[in-house]
Amino acid sequence: MEVPILKQGEVLIATFQAALSDADLEHLRRGLVQQVVKFRSRGVIVDVTAMDVMDSFASRTLREIAHMIRLRGAETVIVGIQPEVAFAMVQLGLTLEDVATALDLEEGLAYLIEKFKNID
Amino acid sequence: MSKRENASRDLEARSNVGGEMVRSEAPSELLRELVAHLRQNRTLLREEWVMRIAETRLLTAMTKEEIFAEATSVYDSYVEALETEAFEALQAYARNLSERIIPRGVETHEVVGIVLLLRDVLARSLFAKYQTDFKKLNRILDAYEPAANRIANTVAVGFVQERERVIRQQQEAIRELSTPVLQVRERLLILPIIGVIDPQRARQLTEQLLRGIRTNRAKVVVIDITGVAAMDVTVANHLVQTVEASRLLGATVIVTGLSPEIAQTLVTIGVDLGKMNTVGDLQGGIEQAERLLGYKVVTLAETR
Repeated sequence: MEVPILKQGEVLIATFQAALSDADLEHLRRGLVQQVVKFRSRGVIVDVTAMDVMDSFASRTLREIAHMIRLRGAETVIVGIQPEVAFAMVQLGLTLEDVATALDLEEGLAYLIEKFKNID
Repeated sequence: MSKRENASRDLEARSNVGGEMVRSEAPSELLRELVAHLRQNRTLLREEWVMRIAETRLLTAMTKEEIFAEATSVYDSYVEALETEAFEALQAYARNLSERIIPRGVETHEVVGIVLLLRDVLARSLFAKYQTDFKKLNRILDAYEPAANRIANTVAVGFVQERERVIRQQQEAIRELSTPVLQVRERLLILPIIGVIDPQRARQLTEQLLRGIRTNRAKVVVIDITGVAAMDVTVANHLVQTVEASRLLGATVIVTGLSPEIAQTLVTIGVDLGKMNTVGDLQGGIEQAERLLGYKVVTLAETR
């Protein structure tokens, strides 16, 4: 299942609907990295609230997305990681280093807006 | 009586000891006879039993009257269980009894002890009644012993189960109480930890904290471990993982009150200090948390 990418002002929002296959994840990465420049977005939010499992590939892909988007001139924030998923990830050593995280979509938007303000 | 007859009777008696039933009398009939005997001598046997309980100094936590009252109902349930061979009622009674007497400090050995005493008292009365008829005594005992043992078993298991249930309940309560996640300001939680942290408690702390972050929408968490003297490597690692997991939920963790021993442990496991935000004491931790959240505490005098 593909992940829809929504544009909301200066921010792109990608919401995972369910567990994704590796191909879907790669598709998402391509889509986001292309569109962030196409729409001149300054921020990207990836919402993983619906994911109840996060394997190493998904985690690595999320990290790559964040790094690639930074190189393309925007900020990424991952939102909605479930408490159980978070602890499972940490135990597996998947800590998403130097990637911004936030509790939910609202928090993620607030984080980005704060960040834009500081830059402006 | 000829020698031969004697020998054959001996043989029969021995075969009965081995547990073989004589066909003419079904075990259920024997049990009925037995129950009738126990009903008839209820007062006497009960008194004998209570006396034996007092002699062996069991149930010292209870008064004489209480023991007598309990003994009466136990005796009646016992005879009923023998009669009907249905143990559900007895089981329920044992559980009920345990519920009442466990808080008074009655021990397992006492409960098992009194049931075994009753078994012995009843067996003695059977010996006395059938002492002239050895064969019959054997058959009666064949019927009595398995039932009596099963009763003793049922009561003991019921008591232990009840105790375990109480212990589980208390453990649960202690665990719940020992890990409070408290909100001190909008979006600021504190988690004061006191006492020894074993891996199980550590896991529970983490679960409660992560859930608390989500429900309170916390941005900053202060974990205060002033009350923890030392922790082993496993728990220290767990603490570090908790800090990282909290960050994945978008919350910053500040750890305060690290003792020298814990600092030593953390250095030994090679914790990444860039990830771990530590402040000396709880006050400092809350002050830093407030700064992170954009609060500024001023006295009323300063505002004037």
